[in-house]
Amino acid sequence: MALEDICNFKDKPTHKTFPFYASEDTSVSVFTESLNFKWRGEMTSKKASDVPLEFHVPSLFKRPSSRASHSVSVRRPFPLSHGTTTLGFIFQGGVIAAADTRASAGGLVACPAVHKITPIHSHLVVTSSGSGADCMLWERILTREIRLYQLRHKRRLSIRGTAKLLSLMLHPFKGTDVCVALTLCGWDKAESTKNLEETLGVTDDCSPSVCKDVPSKTNLLCFSGPKLIYVCSDGARLQGDIFSVGSGSPYAYGVLDRSLSWSLNKEEAILLAREAVFRATHRDAYSGNNVDLFHVTAEGWRQRQREDLKEEYYRDMEKRGKKMDVKTKKAAKIMQ
Amino acid sequence: MEYLIGIQGPDFVLVAADNVAASSIIQMKHDYDKMFKLSEKILLLCVGEAGDTVQFAEYIQKNVQLYKMRNGYELSPSAAANFTRKNLADYLRSRTPYHVNLLLAGYDDADGPGLFYMDYLSSLAKAPFAAHGYGAFLTLSILDRDYKPDLTREEAMNILRKCVEELNKRFILNLHSFNVRLIDKDGIHDMEKLTVGAK
Repeated sequence: MALEDICNFKDKPTHKTFPFYASEDTSVSVFTESLNFKWRGEMTSKKASDVPLEFHVPSLFKRPSSRASHSVSVRRPFPLSHGTTTLGFIFQGGVIAAADTRASAGGLVACPAVHKITPIHSHLVVTSSGSGADCMLWERILTREIRLYQLRHKRRLSIRGTAKLLSLMLHPFKGTDVCVALTLCGWDKAESTKNLEETLGVTDDCSPSVCKDVPSKTNLLCFSGPKLIYVCSDGARLQGDIFSVGSGSPYAYGVLDRSLSWSLNKEEAILLAREAVFRATHRDAYSGNNVDLFHVTAEGWRQRQREDLKEEYYRDMEKRGKKMDVKTKKAAKIMQ
Repeated sequence: MEYLIGIQGPDFVLVAADNVAASSIIQMKHDYDKMFKLSEKILLLCVGEAGDTVQFAEYIQKNVQLYKMRNGYELSPSAAANFTRKNLADYLRSRTPYHVNLLLAGYDDADGPGLFYMDYLSSLAKAPFAAHGYGAFLTLSILDRDYKPDLTREEAMNILRKCVEELNKRFILNLHSFNVRLIDKDGIHDMEKLTVGAK
């Protein structure tokens, strides 16, 4: 996608796909236009770049007025998939991102082996929840924009900047059916302070005096270190130490809030994340199958092998089994 | 769900906001700051729909700062409040209105302290005390009763504490901590966070 942009390659989709609705032509063309983001960028006009940036959030606050015509839309053949359990938390050893792998469409398990955690670059992974198709698209768009930024400015955009960029890109679609809730889990590389002073005025408001929603103890980490930011298509953008998103998130919070602490070591953190996803998938019908775990440190992200949650279930049963007396064991056997 | 309160004294304004950032039934953050610093002596407190609050408040914040850069002096609280209201009003009858409720608190060197109440229908009122949210139903009567125009900072803090106690007692949601800030001729001061224990 980035290559397409640089080469100015425009690939118009066919309009004949949905012949039944007269308004479909306008809505499809509007969508492709809004995808060709053109940016009136004050930011890059300072730098000597020949390539006009292609990122347009027109006046930043005027959403496409043709959104009203979206009210006549194609009827969905099946309900959108929204069920999921994803979580992320920060501890002394970095950031853990975990998610289940079930994609549900109403009562059907559309796919039992989906990747809900996607790496964006070597130090950033994003967990997705909401509508599967929307998440896949927006992850690709985000990857493209981050890569373009890196190529143009010769440095990587900070995680906070990435979150703000994503939030601004999603803003024009607020009120439409786009349903995307992403958690950016990453590690900001430490920059030299001199560069930071220069860029502070230009990028997002990360200066300590304006850093209002960062607790004072982590002000030092404001510029480097582990970061966890939740961005959703409603427009919410929250930085924090622990987030869980999806239909299974209340169950995951129940486990995480009890046992999470900063001083966990890496093994304990992974065990905790896995157990939180397991408990959520146990209770939530729309989450299940396997668990994906990513661990992000200063060296980058590392992915653990995907684990089937039924193993976790048997392990849990065994632990309980040692406490069960003989009678209940017999009863359990008969039930099977 | 969210709560804002402001109390204006003879030479200061005391404002407080809760710290909860919620998404349906889950508290996603317990330490979320709903106050936006517009300038050295102006604070904008903003609650409402999830994305609209931050977008709108940051837009106003950047524009107020831009005014200072262009003209060399800062907007007065009254001018900032009217500017904010005008923006709300302009978007109100567009396809994408901002659903935000605001309190703007500031200190003007010429006019003294000011507290401005604005809501999502872009009404604007300069008031001696004001509150937003469901909690306002419970606490406005306390303010009506105990407020006097010449109250001291201690008295204002006491009224604030009473309001928070009432919320803790009668409000169905658990708002367990509040950011408190005071604005006077010396600028914005962070006061101690008000926390309440379990009911």
